Amino acid sequence: MSKPVVATTSLAGCFGCHMSLLDIDERILDLIELVEFNKSPIDDIKTFTKECDIGIIEGGCCNSENVHVLKEFRKHCKTLVVIGECGRTGGLPAMRNNNASITECLEEAYLNCVSVQANDEKIIPNDDELPMILDRVYPCNEVVKIDYFLPGCAPRADLIWNALVALVTGDEMNLPYEVVKYD
Amino acid sequence: MDNHKSQKSFVADGNHCSCDCSSLHTILAKYDNDSSRLMDILIAVQEKAGCIQEKAVKEIAKALNLSKVDVEQTLSFYHFFSDGAKADYAVYLNDSVVAEMMGREDIAKTFEEEVGVTFGKISEDGKIGLFNTSCIGMNDQEPAAIINQRVFTKLTPEKVRKIVIEMKNGKSIDDIVGSNVENNIKKQGPILTKDIEVGEGLKKAVEMKPETLIEEVRQSNLRGRGGAGFPTAMKWKFCREAAGDKHFVMCNADEGEPGTFKDRVILTERPEMVFEGMAIAGYAIGAEEGILYLRYEYKYMQSFLENVLQEMRSKKLLGENIFGKFNFDIRIQFGGGAYVCGEESALIESAEGKRGEPRDRPPFPVVKGYMQQPTSVNNVETLSAVVKIINKGAKWYRSLGTIDSTGTKLMSISGDCEKPGVYEMEWGFTVNDILQMVGAKDVQAVQIGGPSGNCVNPAQFNRKVAYEDLSTGGAIIIIGKERDLLKDVVLNFTNFFIEESCGSCVPCRAMTVQYRNRLEKILRGNGVAKDIEAMLEWEKVMKTNRCGLGHSAANPILTTIQNFRELYDAKLQKDTDYVSEFNLEAAVQESCKAAGRQPNLGGE
Amino acid sequence: MSMVIITINGKEFSAKTGEMVVDVARKNGIYIPTLCNMEGVIPQGSCRICTCLIDGRTMAACTTPVSHRMNVETNNAELEKIRTTIVELLFAEGNHYCPTCERSGNCDLQALAYRFNVLVSQFKQIFPTRNVDAKNPKILIDHNRCIQCKRCIRRMGGSGKPAWFSFKDRGHKVKVNIDHELTADFTDEMAQKAMDTCPVGAILKKEKGFDVPIGRRKYDTEPIGTEIEKEGAKL
Repeated sequence: MSKPVVATTSLAGCFGCHMSLLDIDERILDLIELVEFNKSPIDDIKTFTKECDIGIIEGGCCNSENVHVLKEFRKHCKTLVVIGECGRTGGLPAMRNNNASITECLEEAYLNCVSVQANDEKIIPNDDELPMILDRVYPCNEVVKIDYFLPGCAPRADLIWNALVALVTGDEMNLPYEVVKYD
Repeated sequence: MDNHKSQKSFVADGNHCSCDCSSLHTILAKYDNDSSRLMDILIAVQEKAGCIQEKAVKEIAKALNLSKVDVEQTLSFYHFFSDGAKADYAVYLNDSVVAEMMGREDIAKTFEEEVGVTFGKISEDGKIGLFNTSCIGMNDQEPAAIINQRVFTKLTPEKVRKIVIEMKNGKSIDDIVGSNVENNIKKQGPILTKDIEVGEGLKKAVEMKPETLIEEVRQSNLRGRGGAGFPTAMKWKFCREAAGDKHFVMCNADEGEPGTFKDRVILTERPEMVFEGMAIAGYAIGAEEGILYLRYEYKYMQSFLENVLQEMRSKKLLGENIFGKFNFDIRIQFGGGAYVCGEESALIESAEGKRGEPRDRPPFPVVKGYMQQPTSVNNVETLSAVVKIINKGAKWYRSLGTIDSTGTKLMSISGDCEKPGVYEMEWGFTVNDILQMVGAKDVQAVQIGGPSGNCVNPAQFNRKVAYEDLSTGGAIIIIGKERDLLKDVVLNFTNFFIEESCGSCVPCRAMTVQYRNRLEKILRGNGVAKDIEAMLEWEKVMKTNRCGLGHSAANPILTTIQNFRELYDAKLQKDTDYVSEFNLEAAVQESCKAAGRQPNLGGE
Repeated sequence: MSMVIITINGKEFSAKTGEMVVDVARKNGIYIPTLCNMEGVIPQGSCRICTCLIDGRTMAACTTPVSHRMNVETNNAELEKIRTTIVELLFAEGNHYCPTCERSGNCDLQALAYRFNVLVSQFKQIFPTRNVDAKNPKILIDHNRCIQCKRCIRRMGGSGKPAWFSFKDRGHKVKVNIDHELTADFTDEMAQKAMDTCPVGAILKKEKGFDVPIGRRKYDTEPIGTEIEKEGAKL
């Protein structure tokens, strides 16, 4: 029987959740025995080369690229697991949601901020190749259906490990109190 | 929801309005610098100055030995108070369901065109402000608006144009043509019929011992007419037996349930009977003071009612040594615009000058009510009925209505029918009886008991209106076949509850918003079966709220899911349990505009 | 003061008349989840998380005084669902970014979510616009995190005296309003008391925070209520 295929990505996140995934230490060897990785920064496969069983998402959606990737994941993965606060609630990037409009954010970042030094033409980056910024940061489940959420900033390695093993083996998920945290 | 019903979101215009110090001190002195009269003080300042600015707030706080935030917490609770800008004329246009049915949209549009600002704003010259307000008790003569405490009913675009011209010309509100409230009594029964002299009931009452009087009321089986249906005699007995320095009678005339207006009619047609009923209640429970808590929407009645009180005092039906037996007098306490104050403990809080937040119970008001003293809060109609019961006997009263619902009920009927108005009916009639009586055809639904009640479907029209079946405080709204029930009625009612929640209990404050959001999702065609299940499940959470408002705030949705499930089902997306409402095109619009680029949606 | 007998979860306990159900339960090692309630502060009954089945009806345990032969059921699947839903409502209603919050790990709202094993809120976040008030020299009020429990209103400033904190507005717009004049000379002790009164990170003492490392904070290893339940196990 072939091994379950896993894909991972980081959207509007900091890659901390991926770091935490690597924090499972020597169990990474067990993980490689258990699953096969497809599109993921871990193995540097850039595009889906086959249909996957599990998609692991870090980060929410702050731009059109994030949305595109998230939708691709939904299309190619049977089960989507959001890991971390950003994907689950918008997280730190979403702190702009309740404070300022995206216009204000862009103007502050590129025009008005004291650290802006060489933008005499007063340009807010507008190259067509750039992803378009969304009006606010969207938690993943506002964009596509998400099957599981693993909270944490970053989620504890044990939480990710337990959840992955449970998903792969079909066993019940073991979520000890110490590993389910929002920070 | 940003459907602001208050003026409070406006930035104060420093010089434009103020209540000068001398008039403020006159007001404060009039109420003895008594913090429990804060409502009266705020009302007086608001009416004098058009708003209550920070300077006045500080002065009031100082005089009453309160902090600034103490005053602000009351001030900000009631939507007729403004802490910012004022308008010479503040137009409050009712935005309830029936107002919408009767053409509010055109009226609002005309107001906006003529005044030159949208609702929620004040014209640049500070003359006219346009605001939305919840039901003002004029459902039988909508569209209607309150302008500087005067009520203008049956508005038409032409009428509105004339009114705006006169306001622009600075005419006194009393001279502007069109302020008129009709009583529309369409069916008069034994309570409304004027067949006894003023004071006859009271005279008979004081001939009995208070205990005997309470027993007579008990025999009549009279239950509270505000909607909850608590036996009146039992309330009085508990109150009488409760220890306290003083006892109080409060008459609840805060009828804020959208669609209810019968108390307005009673107070206009038979005010003496209401006051007499209060005096009888005072005699029964051992109170010397009565307070009529009247909603601010009925401010226009003030001088009329004060005159009636004065007349009754001169006839020795109020005041000292009434019939040589007891002392009792009444004052009128106005609210400031808050539906929740119809809940008896919130009403008491408000009368004490505080936010209208319902209290935790126990203790109940009959034990610790107004000023922590035993207080009986009774509805206008209940107290009116008492006068007739004492005069004609419990047996007579019991002969009316059904066994569990004795007597009569005043129904406020409005909506899609030929003859809206007040009908006094013996309990036990059916919904069909009503529809025939008021000339209603092609009826889709009938809202029994206002938004907090039950929305019934045609298959239920043979149900009885009575405490034992469809219980009601008296509001009946008839909804015709052409209406979009979920959008025009249920959403409006849900917004009403969001607006009127006191904000104290989490489920009432936050779940009402979630209910509205979920309903809107369904109305957008993005609902799934799971959404309906969730809304039904949330009912259990709503039932944990402290007061009746909180318990019933989801009823518009819950009762229509129960009785009009097909309307919901027709809007749901089938065969899926998830619908994304994310819209990339909309989401990137603003940032692209800010950066000066064309959205590139090619890939999506 | 007379004594009454009440039954909690099938066991009989004696209690003083006038005591609230939640306090009697606590004294006897039975934990009823609370949020707006605070020992020694006049109860308010606004969060409704302590809702129990009292004589068959759902009632707030923090504002229901005991009565003789009262029967209380503190927990079952339905009550837990109600409590969980209320916690989820609060998370959706405000702006709760736990990773950035000074109270994370010591926050009662978060701790309840942990206890009820909330992995994600069933409600879409509202992301309301709220402000941060840093005008007071000693404390900072972050309205984004405020859950309107009124603990500060009830505990800070004496009853009968001009209020330091109060509510403003109503419904979902309700917020805590601080009297800047009266609180201008707040001492460090008062600031600490205000911060300790707040169950979440809405009131913070300035220049203080993140002083306990992750792993050693109040709710890192044991769920909220464990202390009470441990006492109960000893009885």
